[in-house]
Amino acid sequence: MSSRDPQRQPVAGWLFITPMLVVLGLFLAAPIVMALWVSVSDWTGRGSPFSSEVSFVGAQHYRDLLATDGLARQDFMTSMRNTFYYVLGVVPAQTVLALTLAVIVNQRFLRGRTFFRTAFYFPSVVSSVAISLVFLFLFTGTGAVNQFLGLFGISGPNWFADSRGVLHVAGDAVGLWDASAPPSGLAGTEVLSLSLWEWLAGPSVALSAIMLQVVWTTAGTFMLMFLAALQDLPAEVDEAAMVDGANRWQRFMNVTVPHLRPTILLVITLGIIGTWQVFDQVYIMTDGGPAKTTLTPAYLSFQTAFENIDFPKGAAIAFLLFALIFVLTQLQRFLLRDRDEARQRRAERQQRRQRRHTPARPTSEVSA
Amino acid sequence: MKHITRTFALAATGVLTLSLAACGGEGFEDDGGGDGEAGQSEAPASADGPASLQMLIASSGDAETQAVEEAAAAWAEDSGNTVDVTVASDMGQELAQGFAGGSPADVFYLDAGAFATNAEAGNLYAYEAEDNDDFYEPLREAFTYEDQQYCAPKDFSTLGLIINQSMWEEAGLTEDDLPTTYDELAQVAETLTTGDVTGLVLSPGIDRAGAFVVGSGGWWMNEDNTAPTANTPEVVAGLQVVQDMISSGSAALSSQVDTGWGGEAFGTGRAAMTIEGNWIKGAMSNDYPDLDYLVAELPEGPAGPGTLLFTQCWGVAAQSEAQAQAVELVNYLTSAEQQMAFADAFGVMPSRQSASEDYTAAYPEDEAFIAGGDYGHGPINVPGIADVVADLNSQLENIGSADLESVVESFDSNVQAVLGR
Repeated sequence: MSSRDPQRQPVAGWLFITPMLVVLGLFLAAPIVMALWVSVSDWTGRGSPFSSEVSFVGAQHYRDLLATDGLARQDFMTSMRNTFYYVLGVVPAQTVLALTLAVIVNQRFLRGRTFFRTAFYFPSVVSSVAISLVFLFLFTGTGAVNQFLGLFGISGPNWFADSRGVLHVAGDAVGLWDASAPPSGLAGTEVLSLSLWEWLAGPSVALSAIMLQVVWTTAGTFMLMFLAALQDLPAEVDEAAMVDGANRWQRFMNVTVPHLRPTILLVITLGIIGTWQVFDQVYIMTDGGPAKTTLTPAYLSFQTAFENIDFPKGAAIAFLLFALIFVLTQLQRFLLRDRDEARQRRAERQQRRQRRHTPARPTSEVSA
Repeated sequence: MKHITRTFALAATGVLTLSLAACGGEGFEDDGGGDGEAGQSEAPASADGPASLQMLIASSGDAETQAVEEAAAAWAEDSGNTVDVTVASDMGQELAQGFAGGSPADVFYLDAGAFATNAEAGNLYAYEAEDNDDFYEPLREAFTYEDQQYCAPKDFSTLGLIINQSMWEEAGLTEDDLPTTYDELAQVAETLTTGDVTGLVLSPGIDRAGAFVVGSGGWWMNEDNTAPTANTPEVVAGLQVVQDMISSGSAALSSQVDTGWGGEAFGTGRAAMTIEGNWIKGAMSNDYPDLDYLVAELPEGPAGPGTLLFTQCWGVAAQSEAQAQAVELVNYLTSAEQQMAFADAFGVMPSRQSASEDYTAAYPEDEAFIAGGDYGHGPINVPGIADVVADLNSQLENIGSADLESVVESFDSNVQAVLGR
């Protein structure tokens, strides 16, 4: 074998990927290591966090956020609650909307297909700053949204100044409870620095307006992913189902959706990651208000670090957020896994194990 | 084979990361040295020869940027140094970046609300400008941390009572009816409330309601800023004044009348009166030039006159290598003449008492604002409690129905937690 064999040139190979390794190390790995150190140090934001004046304080900042009853934990939990409702609302809505839009613009006989594709995708390419400002005007007390609602005799709320929780309002409307005098069982019981009543608030009216905006802007991107997958679906399969007598809805549920499973997984994963990190809308429109109901972990991290000049705690919030997203993504991958594939893999593994227990027999040397 | 390569890759990445981290550490180690707490006793770092200064400002607009640039250029020309003025879009963040990176601007605007935290972190070089006693005392106090004044007040603003003249006259009120007590304020607010118009509209938060706390003889912290004092009858009484007016319907918060701040409610005619600072002049002449208004001092509370002061100072970085030159520049910028020039350019009030006569002569309508310089109270001056203050503000967003006792209690316990750390 000559030395020109491409598989035998590790040095050249390493040389070629060095630039990428350096870039990744410098801009990805090093900052992460630095931030991790900051989150367990007492760095005050002056000079290098690695200087000798900065000392190790252990998990103190994590304890403040998770274990010690105080303002830090209260703020963190408030942001967690807000974002939980936010994710719960936005992810399903944007996935369903994106899929619906993709199916619509995938029709072969739709007139002005290109126009609709562009129109639906358009919000995704406009800067979120511009869209946020437009939404601020749409959702003012006398804005277009409320005037539209007024046509139906509904007097809309003053959206971005309204801190009432949607669940509180809904429960009040159906007579479940009186929002001005919450049941003492809920208001009196505190879990992780927030009362049960506060945990059950649901997204505030202000946060709901942000949710509407985000669903609208992100659906276009995800529509594009669904569209690409839909165009991969061979027309014959659909036609075969048609011959079998399946109606539209059956074909969609039993042919299209299973085919889209990997894309659905992708969209939901990206959705969860993106929504837990929501920042720009909050930064531009609400600053976390009214009454902290649009505070999100990402914004809280920024605020803690740069306004309260508490970089260690800001970094700790960021790492907790990372851990949460990581766990949720794994969980969701597990729940949405392809069950047939998993069963097959399990069977293979069992086979291999059995083979190992049976007496050795000559095998050919072809393993990679 | 595959296994070995992967291990090698991991190891290589690890080594690379470590060496990079080490580089970062060494890179700016030297300027992190302990000149922070020793700032006052050490001689200022003075660059040899002509220095090149970086100045970071948070500008209210082109007028301010231009005026500051011109003044800095004039000083640079005189002194043979150079000054580079940069306008920050997010002051807090850009300052923090500079301090962390070891190369902050030499001279910068520093808000009184962010002062203590920066002083505690050792970011500031402590200096006094020429003729320091000439600055209003509350302003000097706003930039004093642990008995050490760190920087020279740039200018200041106070709150006044802004009154819509035509509404005032239509309601049959005259100059004699200008409220001098909180009761009278509540009365005229009630008189002025008609239909769509609310008598008095306030921006939410302690930066407005706090004036009533001062007038009632209370403050959020004790005099030495060592213990919280929000849970006292005086503070609660001050907040109660606002709550009573709101629940009677003669006053409202700006968010309740669908506006962003008191000035907007006032300009759009939703409010007959508001409580704002002298910055409202610019907003009125830009956005609502046809509205006639007058400015009165805030009414007196049971403990005498009370208003709030807002101010910024010229911070000089502890890490700056040209502190001596930076202080010279500040001396130039805070001279009475230069402050008057700034006042003419973008409507701020001079922080020097010696300039107050010139100022009131030039701007007689601002007399009420200037008067507040003598008795106003600066912002809460305690390091590391920005989140506590933010929490207080968010609880006061619905001051009309809030349980004031529990609001002040939670503030006290939150401050205790910070101070006890």
